[in-house]
Amino acid sequence: MSDIIQQFWRAFLWSDGYHFSGVAITLWLLAISIAFGFVVSIPLSVARVSKNKLLAWPVWLYTYVFRGTPLYVQLLLFYTGMYSLDVVRNHEMLNVFFRDGMNCTLLSFGLNTCAYTTEIFAGAIKATPYGEIEAARAYGMSRFTLYRRVIIPSALRRALPAYSNEVILMLHATTVAFTATVPDILKVARDANSATYDSFDAFGLAALLYLCITFVLVALFRRAERKLLAHLRPMNG
Amino acid sequence: MFLDGFGSLIMAGTWVTIELAVMSLLVAFVIGLLGAGGRVSTNPLVNAVATVYTTLIRGVPDLVLMLLIFYSLQIGLNKITEALHLSQIDLDPMVSGVLTLGFIYGAYFTETFRGAFLAVPKGQIEAGVAYGLSGWQVFSRIQFPQMMRFALPGISNNWQVMLKATALVSIIGLADVVKASIDAGKSSYRVFYFTVIAGLVYLALTSVSNLVLMWLERHYSTGVREAEL
Repeated sequence: MSDIIQQFWRAFLWSDGYHFSGVAITLWLLAISIAFGFVVSIPLSVARVSKNKLLAWPVWLYTYVFRGTPLYVQLLLFYTGMYSLDVVRNHEMLNVFFRDGMNCTLLSFGLNTCAYTTEIFAGAIKATPYGEIEAARAYGMSRFTLYRRVIIPSALRRALPAYSNEVILMLHATTVAFTATVPDILKVARDANSATYDSFDAFGLAALLYLCITFVLVALFRRAERKLLAHLRPMNG
Repeated sequence: MFLDGFGSLIMAGTWVTIELAVMSLLVAFVIGLLGAGGRVSTNPLVNAVATVYTTLIRGVPDLVLMLLIFYSLQIGLNKITEALHLSQIDLDPMVSGVLTLGFIYGAYFTETFRGAFLAVPKGQIEAGVAYGLSGWQVFSRIQFPQMMRFALPGISNNWQVMLKATALVSIIGLADVVKASIDAGKSSYRVFYFTVIAGLVYLALTSVSNLVLMWLERHYSTGVREAEL
């Protein structure tokens, strides 16, 4: 164990000497894909619950396909699949974009978590108490104001427990990134494994790091829930 | 020809995926029931072991655990066979895949079943005891059927996650549908096409299991009236 720590601690945490690696890359993957998923899923979830079938149906199809297939297959499609197409290779910008494993990984992770987040937010929007909407209408709010000031803020709060779950699942899902040559924690662990043949320690160390990140995230979300969902907390005797 | 002649390869891979998912489900189901028993147990030692198991396993990514268990299992086995002067036993990827997936998802099932056991009214169990049923009879005739209704949404969720997690075992060398489609794509230079095929296979599997789970949910909700809003 101490050999691996001595030799690989820097790579496990932030750098293999040349590039960022380990925890730094894993957190970067998580932050970018979660940020993309969050921003895009809000308009998509509004479209998903829309009465207009032309708006709702494409979003339903998107979430159905991305939630019905494994992330690993999606990553393969964007990484090896896309680059095997002549159309992509002959197009200058697409060629540059899809040649880089990091870009493909971020794209597939972003689209994947966006699909799950859209469904979570759509469920929360559907659960908006009818009285809130009635009250907003009675105040003469326009549709846009109604969404911006009443529906979205209350839906996001209600979605928080499910959303925190999704963030942690996404953290766990970032582990497939190494198949696209992205040097995340698991990639470093695999390098350590092939250098020392000490599989238990190499992967055990990675597991420990992921466990720590998970616990930190859980603690952060618990604090956020206490603050943002204070009005839903049962009163103590 | 069907899928450029790679049809049989893809079919075989699909079959491996289904086999793996179903067998892991069985293992996870049994571990989940045992674990839930441990989690609601009044014995502090049993309780602590079950709690540590679910917390640790659910806090670590499944792929990391898979690699950890897969490699360590073989190395551990080698050490035992070496110590006993036996020849090396190579673990079958299918067996270790099933055991690994079952062990990991057993933790998720444990939490699902624990919640469901707690949701069965206590009076039901007391009534069973009052009728003179044995402990096993109370479990199999009263607790289990009622618990299943509460557990089904969680089970459906876990099953869908596990079905998709089987894609990861191609990384540890099992010839599932993902591995088959990668191979087919490489040898025909149509990687994109065959990756889409793999995606469609998973989409079909998740869609079918959705229908089955909906039917099961109706079955176990017999006699429960839904609240009309």
